[in-house]
Amino acid sequence: MQDKILVIACGAIATELVRIKKLNQWDHIEFQCLPPELHNTPAGIPAAVKAKIDSQFKVYKKIFVAYADCGTGGALDAVLNAYGVERIAGAHCYEFFTGSESFQNLAEAEPGSFYLTDFLTRHFERLVIKGLGIDRLPALKSVYFNNYKRLVYLAQSDSEELQAMARQHADTLGLTYEYHPCGSAPLARALAPALQH
Amino acid sequence: MTDQYDDNEDIILSDLPDDELIEQMHDDIYDGLADEIAEGTRILLERGWDASKVLEEALVGGMAAVGVDFRDGILFVPEVLMSANAMKAGMALLKPILSARGTKPIGKVVVGTVKGDIHDIGKNLVGMMLEGAGFEVTDLGVNIDADTYIDAIQEKGATILGMSALLTTTMPYMKVVIDRMKERGIRDDYIVLVGGAPLNEEFSASIGADAYCRDAAIAVEVAKKLVAAA
Repeated sequence: MQDKILVIACGAIATELVRIKKLNQWDHIEFQCLPPELHNTPAGIPAAVKAKIDSQFKVYKKIFVAYADCGTGGALDAVLNAYGVERIAGAHCYEFFTGSESFQNLAEAEPGSFYLTDFLTRHFERLVIKGLGIDRLPALKSVYFNNYKRLVYLAQSDSEELQAMARQHADTLGLTYEYHPCGSAPLARALAPALQH
Repeated sequence: MTDQYDDNEDIILSDLPDDELIEQMHDDIYDGLADEIAEGTRILLERGWDASKVLEEALVGGMAAVGVDFRDGILFVPEVLMSANAMKAGMALLKPILSARGTKPIGKVVVGTVKGDIHDIGKNLVGMMLEGAGFEVTDLGVNIDADTYIDAIQEKGATILGMSALLTTTMPYMKVVIDRMKERGIRDDYIVLVGGAPLNEEFSASIGADAYCRDAAIAVEVAKKLVAAA
């Protein structure tokens, strides 16, 4: 058994995890990521996480899961409880990217907020437009986004290029645009339980 | 039945006999062709079909196949939404006729997405399918608070309250609504159905709802069953 901690993570946060690991010199932590497409099909997350735990349970001294509930409605927790594995607290990635209180304020201020992270901004075409079938069936854009009012870009990086892309995505969806810089600190704090042996 | 037509050949709906037209409309709903469904609906009405029969055989019958293939993983959400949109086009023509007739509905339903949540795709589909099954549906829309739900079920004389939520963060509000109904002593006067992607039967039972409905077709089955038993 390795004397290391495995963090099973959503592929949509892989870049940030690698950055945080390097920044904090968390050499005793290793990451293994699941496909980011699961973001669109949360029902598949518990089984995918379970399969990964099953394959790695005897390899690492500790496993931590870098998912929130992520729309699984408690089904992910049911899997994790069976193994005694912890996950990031909260409802979804937007919450752990911003911090719970800050995210709650955003959601309450405008329930019709559509959120993008760095990853989702960069892969908007693949995960949002194609992922929701809007490329094949453009009429669905209004079906999906009719009740949304604004796009909030939860930025992990300070990239003008990504900000421009996010603004463009807001235009594409017919939403107002709001920039909400988060940095990496809230995610690093959310990973704290993983560091405890 | 489409075997006799070349794939590239336009099908003239008005040339088809009734049984083939119905079958073609099932295909068109499956393929999400709203204009064709509207045209087929008009043709059947012009041929003297009763609006209820058009609804049941052409539209609801077509959506049934969509529901089955969605559950089996053959169709995905985008395709189902296009099918629903096609059915809606037919419903828009039938609804005024059915309403004018004043037929007593098999039950009155109030539906809405809970406070803090603006997702309405599933809720809209449920509302449409319930209408197709003969229920009178009042759709409150999205971001609905407890008082609005309760006022609506009382004003409309509803049999069923249907609540929807897509977010883990908003689904607990369903319990707030049910608890408010209990406080007012009216909980047992209504059937409460809940639905939404992150929900399950355990959650439904834990908040005191009468049933969890996994999809629109199941919502119709459950609503019919519980109304009949009430």
